[in-house]
Amino acid sequence: MQSIDTTGTFLLPPQGSTMAADVDALFYFIYYVSVFFFALIVGLIILFTIKYKRRGKPGLTSGPTHSRPLEIIWTVIPTILVLIMFGWGFKDFIRLQVMPHESYEINVTARQWQWDIIYAEGVTSVNELVVPVGRPVKLLMSSRDVIHSFYIPSFRVKMDVLPNRYTNLWFEATRVGEFPLTCSEYCGQQHSLMRGTVRVLTEEDFETWISENANLLENLVTLEEGGELIYNKFLCYSCHSVDGTAGNGPTWRGLFGTMERLEDGSEVLVDENYIRESILNPKSKIVAGYQPIMSTYQGTLKPEYIDAIIAYIKSLSN
Amino acid sequence: MEASYSDRPKHLAHHFAESKQQYDSAKLGMWLFLLTEVLLFGGLFLAYSVFRAWYPETFVNANKELNVILGGLNTIVLITSSVTMALAIRSIQLDRKEATLKYLFVTLLFAFTFLVIKYFEYSHKFHEGQLPGKFYTFEGIDGTNPHIFFSVYFMMTGLHGLHILGGIGVITWMMIRVRKNEFSSQYYTPLELTGLYWHLVDMIWIYLFPMLYLIR
Amino acid sequence: MNTIPEQNFLTAEKGLKSWLTTLDHKRIGILYLISITFFFFVGGLFALMIRLELMFPQDEFFIKLDDFNQVFTLHGVIMIFLVIIPSVPAVLGNFVLPLQLGAKDVAFPRLNLASWYLYMFGASFALFSIFTGGVDTGWTFYAPYSTTIDRSVISMTMAVFIIGFSSIFTGLNFIVTIHKLRAPGMTWFRMPLFAWSIYATGILQVVATPVIGITVVLLVLERLLGIGIFDPTMGGDPVLFQHFFWFYSHPAVYIMILPGMGIISETITAMAHKNIFGYKAIAYSSLGIAFTSFLVWGHHMFVSGQSEFAAMVFSFLTFFVAIPSAIKVFNWIATLYKGSISLDTPMLYTFSFLILFTIGGLTGLFLGTLSVNVTLSDTYFVVAHFHYVMMGGSIIAFLAGLHYWWPKIWGRMYNEKLAKIACGMVFVGFNVTFISQFLLGLKGMPRRYATFTSEFAQLNGFSSWGAFLLGAGLLLTAIYLIHAVYKGKPAGNNPWGALTLEWTTSSPPPHNNFEKSPTAHYGPYDFDKIVVESTLDD
Repeated sequence: MQSIDTTGTFLLPPQGSTMAADVDALFYFIYYVSVFFFALIVGLIILFTIKYKRRGKPGLTSGPTHSRPLEIIWTVIPTILVLIMFGWGFKDFIRLQVMPHESYEINVTARQWQWDIIYAEGVTSVNELVVPVGRPVKLLMSSRDVIHSFYIPSFRVKMDVLPNRYTNLWFEATRVGEFPLTCSEYCGQQHSLMRGTVRVLTEEDFETWISENANLLENLVTLEEGGELIYNKFLCYSCHSVDGTAGNGPTWRGLFGTMERLEDGSEVLVDENYIRESILNPKSKIVAGYQPIMSTYQGTLKPEYIDAIIAYIKSLSN
Repeated sequence: MEASYSDRPKHLAHHFAESKQQYDSAKLGMWLFLLTEVLLFGGLFLAYSVFRAWYPETFVNANKELNVILGGLNTIVLITSSVTMALAIRSIQLDRKEATLKYLFVTLLFAFTFLVIKYFEYSHKFHEGQLPGKFYTFEGIDGTNPHIFFSVYFMMTGLHGLHILGGIGVITWMMIRVRKNEFSSQYYTPLELTGLYWHLVDMIWIYLFPMLYLIR
Repeated sequence: MNTIPEQNFLTAEKGLKSWLTTLDHKRIGILYLISITFFFFVGGLFALMIRLELMFPQDEFFIKLDDFNQVFTLHGVIMIFLVIIPSVPAVLGNFVLPLQLGAKDVAFPRLNLASWYLYMFGASFALFSIFTGGVDTGWTFYAPYSTTIDRSVISMTMAVFIIGFSSIFTGLNFIVTIHKLRAPGMTWFRMPLFAWSIYATGILQVVATPVIGITVVLLVLERLLGIGIFDPTMGGDPVLFQHFFWFYSHPAVYIMILPGMGIISETITAMAHKNIFGYKAIAYSSLGIAFTSFLVWGHHMFVSGQSEFAAMVFSFLTFFVAIPSAIKVFNWIATLYKGSISLDTPMLYTFSFLILFTIGGLTGLFLGTLSVNVTLSDTYFVVAHFHYVMMGGSIIAFLAGLHYWWPKIWGRMYNEKLAKIACGMVFVGFNVTFISQFLLGLKGMPRRYATFTSEFAQLNGFSSWGAFLLGAGLLLTAIYLIHAVYKGKPAGNNPWGALTLEWTTSSPPPHNNFEKSPTAHYGPYDFDKIVVESTLDD
């Protein structure tokens, strides 16, 4: 397995998509324009300071107070330059926004604080976006809770992920490798931990990966084992411990069969149905002392995965 | 030469050279303040437009629930109160203190009338469950998210109502000052500013009424 | 030898009560100075806590994730709403503007004092919020996170609301003062450019601030009553909140930078003893910036899901707000030509401003460009960019102004040698801190991150060391400035040989500003016609 690609230039991260080189070209155009003007301004400050440094008591000074030609020049030249930046940037922006027709679609569901990547083939992965190289990929994104932002620096793409509508993003990876993926819109406590990896595979490797992951539970002996796998794979551990330590949600250790006191003062028995309900409709029964921060796993977890989790939680109470 | 302090009028603050400068300053300041008021309401007008564009059907159906007669009555009440306010200022310009007091009092009465009518409207809505946001329980409006309409309705009329309350306070204070003989045809700036404020509150209602009650 | 006049505004009345009930614009300016400096150091402390946590790649090295999120939120809210927005207008605008206009006070002295009380009242809400659960939404309060999180968002947003009205009343007061209280002879085009910038700022304060007022009211109602305007589960729209928020907060950026630009026009002419180059261009570009700044708020939302058409319009207009800023910089540079350039501390800060603001402005070009913005928005590049503009621009200009007018305010000079050392520390520390952050952003580190992966470790380390140097420089500044208030050498009326009216009265000025109401006989920067000797003996 490759490690994260940390090549790239002094200023910019590696280029991993078809858009990256174009965006970078414009970046360097603005960069050199900026360097020129910065050098000009600092150079003039130094020059004038040396040349006209005050010596003794100052007398009358006689420099010009205006100059029409000069003022026109320094208005018009920057205007032309920024218009170039605008037009060029807009052109590439449109390419970033318009989805190619024949692209491979993947659903991305953001939640506090993970990315659920859901493939049409029935594969779900968390925080790991696996895509084929050389094929346009379109992400159809939505959020279960607050606003997130999906960002792959090496692909030069980013898009906010909203709770009340779908947003899109597309890219075409140009080379096999691993690239970081992050959330760039502040989304709460573990915002900075909401990161993952983009794995770009060859077309064959990708097909293999899809078929291997179509059913995670296939090669496992017991249901509990499957539950543990789901627990780790879907990052349940970021809120629920299995060793009794406190977290954002109740620990699973010794949970099954107990009575939980809810926010409204009533009590509920932790049984199979309660666990299922808490996964599919987590905000309906909040245990006292916890925040309603979990959102539904409907559509993310297949029914058999939920069975496995229930079996796993049961096993933690024996 | 500046006038020495002894022959300056009492109302003239130390940092102004003359009465006209003070009067112009106060008036400009008031206009700027009214501008901020317009923008404060502007945010709500924007929210109204956005949600109207999003849920046109809801807005059409929901505003049938508002009582056009009571709303219309309130419009007349407020417009008339603007007239009496203008008459109050006219009277002080003519040094007619008693008339000023009388007109201010009538203005005050109209303001209370407005609030009473508003109270009946509100209590009807409360009774029907036509309440903002999550308190909304009414079930008779076709369209998605009817509670949004009532959120917008209560925020706009509520903020306007608060301004009426503020106006009542200021007008009462002005009546006290008139009684204390603080104003005359030489100096009545605070009264005039109160008038400007009251006309603005009136103006805002003149926009709210058609937007909420009339446009179908 | 200079002496301090016995009768001045500081000695006019005695006792705490005389300060808390004062209607004198100069004293109100000092009340603001004290309160803003206090909050500046509180906000600075939070900044150092951020940098300490990010100094090493270990998760929760110094504070927990939750605490980190609160700390960066408080840093943002305090620095923006309690420090930078009021800083230049409320402190220096209050003190200097009426003096520059030759007026005895601002138009509405009581409203002026009330603004300060509103400010303190609002600030107390902010402090209350810190002690009752804190806020971890970031200073932007984006819904739906801010409407659902169980924290004391309400009192923090009420603080913003109240301080907003303080800002509105200050702006209103200054606009009327400029319109109505100019001294005889002080035509619009004889007005110092600082007054022009305060005027443009006032317009922004009056027009933009009510919108943040209604926005936070809606946010509070959303939390209290669930009105559903911003709540996606009830048919509301969180992106609408962003539009509301930036409709104010983008002009607010110019509320913060325009007065700073005004200060630079004053210091660069006085310290170079040179008539300003392009007076009208600078004055009009202030108004141009004020106007255009209302039309560009959407450039904060290029990746928020707004339409491509909106993005195009906002990007286009954004570039047009860049032009007047560029014109100003060129004018200031041209002002130096054939001047008589002194390198005293106000000028060092002016040069710092020119360099840092130029970097801030040029990096704005990257962010205004649509395709490049997509990859850079919400990264540390943005953080570095706005610190270059807000701190490198506004705060550095504020420091330039403080060093320039300090002898006028207190009648005494500070220690020049320490001031130059501190200025160097601030300049170097600032650049080390934020150049590192530009590079972090380019490499893809998102903002508001409490932890980071090892690839970002080295640059974060640099940034933190820079921040400590910057903090030390600012602390040193506070020390020698306070020392100067009591022990500084008397400066005389006009230590810089400047021509604007505030230098014609004594230092500190008398209670009524001028012994005799002044008349403006010449322009504010007529160094090509008049020589006024510095009162500072070497």
